[in-house]
Amino acid sequence: MPDQRLRLGCVTTLDDARSSLPDITSSEASLRRFLHGLPGVDQAGAEARAAGLATRSIKTTAKQYAIDLAISMIDLTTLEGQDTPGKVRALCAKALRPDPSDRAVPQVAAVCVYPDLVATAVEALGGAHRSVKVASVATGFPSGRTSLAVKEADTRDAVAAGADEVDMVIDRGAFLAGRYGAVFDEIVAVKNAAGDAHLKVILETGELATYDNVRRASWLAMLAGGDFIKTSTGKVAPAATLPVTLVMLEAVRDFREATGRQVGVKPAGGIRTSKDAIRYLVLVNETAGDDWLDPDWFRLGASSLLNDLLMQRQKIATGRYAGPDYFTLD
Amino acid sequence: MTKFEYAPAPESRAIVDIKSSYGLFVNGEFVDPVDGSMFKSVNPATEEVLAEISSAGADDVDKAVQAARRAYERTWSKLSGRDRGKYLFRIARIIQERARELAVLESIDNGKPIRESRDVDIPLVAAHFFYYAGWADKLAWAGAGPDPRPHGVAAQVIPWNFPLLMLSWKIAPALAAGNTVVLKPAETTPLTALLFAEICQQADLPPGVVNIVTGAGDTGRALVEHPGVDKVAFTGSTEVGKQIARSVAGTAKKATLELGGKAANIVFDDAPIDQAVEGVVNGIFFNQGHVCCAGSRLLVQESVYDDVLARLKRRLGTLRVGDPLDKNTDIGAINSAEQLTRIRELSEVGEAEGAERWSPECELPERGFWFPPTVFTGVSQAHRIAREEIFGPVLSVLTFRTPAEAVEKANNTPFGLSAGVWTDKGSRILWMAQQLRAGVVWANTFNRFDPTSPFGGYKESGYGREGGRHGLLAYLKSEG
Repeated sequence: MPDQRLRLGCVTTLDDARSSLPDITSSEASLRRFLHGLPGVDQAGAEARAAGLATRSIKTTAKQYAIDLAISMIDLTTLEGQDTPGKVRALCAKALRPDPSDRAVPQVAAVCVYPDLVATAVEALGGAHRSVKVASVATGFPSGRTSLAVKEADTRDAVAAGADEVDMVIDRGAFLAGRYGAVFDEIVAVKNAAGDAHLKVILETGELATYDNVRRASWLAMLAGGDFIKTSTGKVAPAATLPVTLVMLEAVRDFREATGRQVGVKPAGGIRTSKDAIRYLVLVNETAGDDWLDPDWFRLGASSLLNDLLMQRQKIATGRYAGPDYFTLD
Repeated sequence: MTKFEYAPAPESRAIVDIKSSYGLFVNGEFVDPVDGSMFKSVNPATEEVLAEISSAGADDVDKAVQAARRAYERTWSKLSGRDRGKYLFRIARIIQERARELAVLESIDNGKPIRESRDVDIPLVAAHFFYYAGWADKLAWAGAGPDPRPHGVAAQVIPWNFPLLMLSWKIAPALAAGNTVVLKPAETTPLTALLFAEICQQADLPPGVVNIVTGAGDTGRALVEHPGVDKVAFTGSTEVGKQIARSVAGTAKKATLELGGKAANIVFDDAPIDQAVEGVVNGIFFNQGHVCCAGSRLLVQESVYDDVLARLKRRLGTLRVGDPLDKNTDIGAINSAEQLTRIRELSEVGEAEGAERWSPECELPERGFWFPPTVFTGVSQAHRIAREEIFGPVLSVLTFRTPAEAVEKANNTPFGLSAGVWTDKGSRILWMAQQLRAGVVWANTFNRFDPTSPFGGYKESGYGREGGRHGLLAYLKSEG
C-alpha cells in the first residue's frame, strides 16, 4: 500500500495532523501559514467537475431512494422578520408529516428558526422533538455584526430554549481582512456557548468570493470545532451552488482523512427543485462518499424544496402529477 | 454495495435507423461498389453486427475522385464564398437538429459513452461547421493573399476514435476554402459518416462536393495515391502516416498529417490538486484513452506524489465502466478486438518490465471489448509503456524533482502532440509552454478543444495544423 498520508499544504507536510492540530491553531501566524498552504482550487476546473456531475441521470429506483433521502435531510426553514408562532407551529406540523395523505413519507431532519421561536418549535414538536431536531440561527444572524458577548448570549438563549443545533455565522469581515485568529476564536467561543448543541458554521460563501477562500474557511471552521459547515444564510446571493458545495465536500473528506473527525455539510438557500436536490446528493455520493449520505452528515437548508420533492414522490407512486393545492403550505 | 446505486438510465436507440447495408456515397447518391465486396461494422459493446458496409476498390475510389473533380470544376469552385457558407451553415444546423440521433449512432458504432458523444463530440462537430461556414466569404482575410485559391480535390482519411468529429475537422475547412472532398472513414466506425452523407443530401449540397468511400487500409491507400488528388489530409497512426508521407513525396500533392502522441501531463506541487486529479482522469480516460493527444504519461513532482496518487486511485474507484448508451457511463467499450489486443499486450509488457499495475475494482460486461482503467506506477523513461502510444485507458506514472527535469522528460519522446501543466503559478505555465515541444500545451485543463484553436504536432506526431485560421490555410494555395 502506498503512503496514504495526506499532504495538507504546500508549505507544510503534516505527518499526523491529529497531533499537529494544536500547533496549527496555536497562533495567528501558524494558522495563516496552514490555511494559505492548502492546495488551491482552480475555478474553471471545480465548476466543470460540478457541471459534469450535474449531468448524472437519476431514474426509477435511484430516484425514489434519492427523493426520500433528500426529504429526510431537509432543515425545514423559516427565517423571516414576519415569522409568528402560528407560522412556526405550521412548519413543525409539516416537518412531522410532510404529506398528510401518505404516512410512508419520512420526517425531515429539523426545523430551523430564529432564536425567539425555538421554544414555540419545541412545544409544537412535543413528543417528536429530537426525532425532528430544532435548529436555531444565532450570533446576530444573518450579518453577524454584533459583539462576541452578544453572539454568545444569543447562542445560550437558543440552547436554553431547547435548540439541538445552532447555525452560527462567521465574521466575514474579519475573514476577508485576513484576521483568521479572530474568526477561529469566535467559533471556539460560540461552540463553548452552544454546549452539547451541534454547531453549524455558516461561511456565507456568496461573500467569500473565491473557492480558495471557501476551502480556507471550511478548514478554519473545522479546526475550530464546527460539527457542520454550511454554505449560506439564504440572505445573500449567490447562496448554495454546486461548485461551492463540491469544494466543501472535498474539505470535509480531506479533514476526516487527516484527523479522523467527520464533519457534516449543509448547502442552504436557492435549492428549490427535486432535480437540484438530487444533484447535491450525486455530488455527495461521488465526492465524500457513502458515509455522508445520511441526515446526520448532510443537510439541505430549504423550504419550498419539500413540496417539490413530495410532488415528484407522488408522481412516481401514481404516475400523475397533482396540482399544488394537493400539497400543504407550510 | 454502495447506498446510492444509480439505476440504469439508457438512452433510447429508437431514434436511429440503421440500414442492413450501405453503399458508397459518390456524386450525391449511394451506389454499390464495383466489385461488390462487403464488410461488417459491429457494436464494440455487444459484438452485435450493425450493418454490412461496402468496401471501395480502386475503381470505386477513381469514380469518387472523378465526381469530386467534376463538382470542383463545374460548381463548387464557381460558387461565391457566401454561397458556400450558406451550405455549411445549413449542414451545421441540421447537425444540431439531428444531434441526438448522431450521438446515439456514434456511441453504438464506436463504443464511447453517450455522455461524451452527446456533450462533447456532436456539439464540437456543429461548432466546427459553424466556425468554418463563417470563414467561407472571408478568405481574403485569412492571411493567404488577397485572392487565395483552393487546392482542388482533397483526399481525407480519418480514424475511429472521434469518427464524426474528425470528419468535421476535415470536411468543414476544405469546403469553406472551396475544395471538394473524398473522405474515407475508419472501417470500424463508418456509420456516422454515412449518416453525414444523408445530411449532405438533406442540405441539397451539390452532388460530388462530398464523397464518402468506406473500406479498410487498401481503400485509403488507393485514395491518397490517386493521381487526381491535390491534397491529402490524414489523421491516424504514425506508421500509416509515414507510408502516406512517402507516397506523396515527389508529387504535387500537399499533405497534413495528424498522428500519434504520448503526452505528458505535468503536476507541480503547487497545483490545484483536486482539479489536477480530475484533469489527469480526463486526460487519459476520456474516450477510453482513444485520444491521440491523451495525457498518457503522468509526471508528478516527487513532493506530492503520494498525495496525488492516493487521490487519483480514490477517484478512479468512482468511474463507471459499462454500457455506452447508459447516460451515467464514464468509460465505454474499446473500439475493436484488434485494439483491445494491443492494449493488453502493451500492459503485459509494462508488467514484465517491472512497472506496478493497478486497476480499481470494476465488473466488465461479458460480451464486447472491455479494458479496465489502469495505472502503472514505478515507470521509467526506458519502459515501453512510457514510450509507445497505447491508445487505451492506461496511465503511466513517472516522477520529477525540478521544472527542468519535467521538461526534459516530457520532451524525451518521439512524439509531440500535446502536453498539460498543472500549477498555480502563471509565470511557470508560460515558461513551460515555451520549453515543451508539443503542438498544444494545456494549462490547468486537458483535452479541451475549440474550432478556433489550431491543433497539430511536432516530430512524429505529424505536420500541419487543423482548426482555426491555420487549419483553413492548409486548404488554400498561399501564392493565390
